[in-house]
Formats: sequence, C-alpha cells, structure tokens
Amino acid sequence: MSHIEFRDVEVTYKTGLKALKGINLTIPRGQFLVVVGLSGAGKSTLIRTVNNLVVPSAGNVLVDDVDVTAARGRKLRQVRSDIGMIFQTFNLVKRSGVLRNVLAGRLGDVPAWRGVLGAFPREDIAYAHECLGRVGIPEKAFVRADALSGGQQQRVGIARALAQKPSVMLADEPVASLDPPTSHSVMSDLKRIAREDGITTIVNLHFIDMAREYADRIVGMRDGLVVFDGTPNEATDKAFEDIYGRPIDREKDMRGA
Amino acid sequence: MAPDRPPQPPVSAGAVAAVPTPPLAGRLKGMLALLIVGAIVVLAYRQTSFDLEALFTGAADFWRFFGRLVPPFSEVGSDWGAYLPELVGPLIETLQIAYVGTFFGTLLAMPLIFLASANTANDPVTMWIARTLLTVLRSIPDLLWAAILVPILVVGPLPGALALTLFSIGILAKLGSETVESADPGPLEALRAAGAGRTATIVYAVVPQVAATMVSYILYVFEINVRASVIIGLVGAGGIGFTLQTRLNFFDYTGVGLIIVVIFAVVLIIDSISVWARSKLI
Repeated sequence: MSHIEFRDVEVTYKTGLKALKGINLTIPRGQFLVVVGLSGAGKSTLIRTVNNLVVPSAGNVLVDDVDVTAARGRKLRQVRSDIGMIFQTFNLVKRSGVLRNVLAGRLGDVPAWRGVLGAFPREDIAYAHECLGRVGIPEKAFVRADALSGGQQQRVGIARALAQKPSVMLADEPVASLDPPTSHSVMSDLKRIAREDGITTIVNLHFIDMAREYADRIVGMRDGLVVFDGTPNEATDKAFEDIYGRPIDREKDMRGA
Repeated sequence: MAPDRPPQPPVSAGAVAAVPTPPLAGRLKGMLALLIVGAIVVLAYRQTSFDLEALFTGAADFWRFFGRLVPPFSEVGSDWGAYLPELVGPLIETLQIAYVGTFFGTLLAMPLIFLASANTANDPVTMWIARTLLTVLRSIPDLLWAAILVPILVVGPLPGALALTLFSIGILAKLGSETVESADPGPLEALRAAGAGRTATIVYAVVPQVAATMVSYILYVFEINVRASVIIGLVGAGGIGFTLQTRLNFFDYTGVGLIIVVIFAVVLIIDSISVWARSKLI
C-alpha cells in the first residue's frame, strides 16, 4: 500500500527556476528509496515537498493519505512531527549539548510550554537517550555538539529525527560531508533503523555505488523530471550515464569503501 | 625571497600595458563622493561660523576656567575630601538608573528582536510594525527622551530610568536582530521540519547561537547607559548629572571639578570591567 504519493508535483521558485516539472511517484510503506541525480536536478526540492518545507506550485504530496501540500498551521506541524529529516550539514545547534539536540526532535509532540522551558516528560528524556544508544553514541549525551566528529554529528542528526518516532524519514545528501568509511557506517545505521522500525525512507545520494548498495529502489532525476525508476539491479552504468547525461566519473560519482 | 624559488620571467611591456583599468564610471563616482563630502564640510564651516582662531584666543579663558575647577594643591585633600561623601548617593543613583534602564530595555527588546528579524518573524505585517516601532525609538536620542519625560513625570531618577529603557530597546533590538538574522539557518530548518512551534524553534535553534553575542551587547549598552545617565541628569533626570547641574548653577567650580573627576573614574572602571567581561564571552 502506498505511504507517500506525489501527484503531478511542480515547483517553480521565485527566481523563475522550474525545479520540479511534474513528478508522479508512489512509495510503499517501509521502502528505502534512493534518489540520484546531479546537483540541480531537483532532488533537494523533491524531498522538501514531502514535509512542505518547499511548497509545490502545482500538484500535491500525500503522506498516509493526508494532503501535506494543503496542510497549514497546527495540522502541518502534526504532519511534520511524523516525518524525520536529516541534512548534509547536520543542522545541529552546535553550541547546545547532544541530548538537547536530540530532545529538539520531541518539540513537535510536547506542549509548547514544556518545549520552551525544557521541561520534557521523563519518558521523552529516556527515549532521547535510547535514540542515542541506537546510533551507537550513548556516551555523548552531555557533550557539546560541536565537540563531535562529522560522523558522530550526523548520528546525532539521525537520533534527533528518530526521537520524533517518525513513520517517514527524509535524508538530504546525508553522507556528502563525510569520508568514505564513515559514509558507509552512517548509511548502514540509517538502513538498519529504517528496517527495524519499518520507516519509509527517501535518501538523496550522488554516489552510484552507495545507491546500489543500500537502496530497495532507485529513482533517477534530471532537470526536474524522473528519468529512471527501478531496482538497484536495473540501475546499470548505462542507466546512470543516462541519468547524469554524461559518462560516469569514477572519482566523483563513486564513494568507494 | 626563498632561495629555491626559480627565477621569475620579467613582466613584458605588453603585459603591463594590458593591465585592465577600472571602469571610468566607478572612478567618477568616487571623485563625485569626495566632492560632495568636501562641499558639505565647507558649507557647514561657514554656517556654524566655526573659527579656528577663536579656539586659540579662547585657550587662555579655558585655562582660567580649568584653574578654578581644581582647588589649590595644598587644599585638594581638605576641599575635595569633605565633599566626596556627598557624591556617593547621587553616584549610586546614576548607576541604578543605568542598570534599571538596561534591565527593562533588555526585557522589552527581546520579543521585539524576534518579531523584527526576517528569519524569526511571525508574518510580514507584524515584522513591519516591529521594525517601524524600533526605528522611531532609535531616532529619538536619550537626552530628548529625558527632556520629554521629566516634565511629564517628575524631576528625579524615574524619568531617567524610563528614558534609558526606551533608548536601550532601540539599540539592543537593532543589534540583536542583526545577530539573529545572521544565525545559521540550518538548525531553524531542522526544527521547522520536526514540527516544532515558532517559540520553541527560536528558543532551541536561535537563542544558543546568539546568546553570547547578546550578553556582550547588553554589557555594551550598560556602558553607554552609565555615560548617558550622567548626561540626562543635567535635564533633571536624577543622579550625579543632576548634582553637577546644581553645582554649576551655584558657580561652585571646586565641586564641579571633583564631580568631573569622579564621573571620569567611575565610567573608566565600569568600561574596563565591561570590556573585560565581553572579551571573556566571545
């Protein structure tokens, strides 16, 4: 059954740039979808229409049959609190502690006064610690976020998203700022957790080898359109060359081990 | 030059000739700006009948006045020493006016900062209202606030503290909203994506980024307020400035001299402490 559905989604930015030119996609529950494409192909825009950080200029996105595109105010916050997101640059509050960063993931679910005062329920605090445990850094709870390595910071990012108890996870180039070994361990953590919790996941990636290794399904984008949709086995070198519109560059397009 | 550096080929005459010159329009603009500034200086000089000559001929008067400010050296101890305890009260009042003004100014500036910053504003309309209010507050100098408030309220520290409150809101909100607007947008995006409300987003994503800078600005505004609270005392808003005004009216130049020295010392001490504290913050 479908969990996320894109219906004729178009995005035109104020600058006149058409970032998405009519996207139709149906993503079943629990799928680990990897979106590939050159930068500027529309991957980041696509992922941001799912939680309405980017508002489509036409069409709509449905999550659990709820029209996210039409949601506003309290309703939108409710939808968003069910959708975790992790970022290329982690987007942590660097001057705050790790636990506080993770607890920020609970802000969509707790009453405003609790959030503002930092008076989280005991079970939320316990859950935040549990999330840190699941990404393998339980001992970092009381360290400042900027004292961590890149890989650890991205794990805090994953823990923050997990703290939302999401049914959908969005990851925008989650390993682009990391070195190859760290990239693999972060990706496998992400995949493992998505499997364990049955989280439907959309990951934007540039690297061909990583897309093939982790994806259940690969969608290729070029110039605001979906130009490939298939299994990792179907995503041959030839298919990638079509998506990128140029020969594969082993240096730039492969992460390696 | 490093000895192992290979000899550089000489720059050919052709290359020198080919060095691009800045566009004429840009150079003309610079010259025009200089011309305008010059013209304004000349105009202002004439209009105010600013006279360098008077500055030199007046020097003698200055020294005479200065001489009256300081009692004969042999009497400094007794004259000033007897007078000093009288100044403690007004001096503390000056500091209290500055402190209260800074405190309430900070308190009231906080919500305005976030309403007036593009990245944290509620909607364009309230942002515009907040910004306009702050522009109005900032365009009225502290001395004018005091001059307006003293007749409305009462002679004494209350209008002084209120004047400095209004004045502090203006500066703090301006400095604060510039800091807020330059905050890293990443955490803001992350918390919006997580479904956090606006206030919680500000508290979690923005406040930690700007807190240290803001505290430093608050200290800076306190420094300004200590100096300003002396000045506004001259128009009846309490504190040592008020005492200074009284002494001037009585032609008590010995007292005036002492007050100036004391103000100088206190401002210097407060400034040094504040500068030191701010250097520790960032």
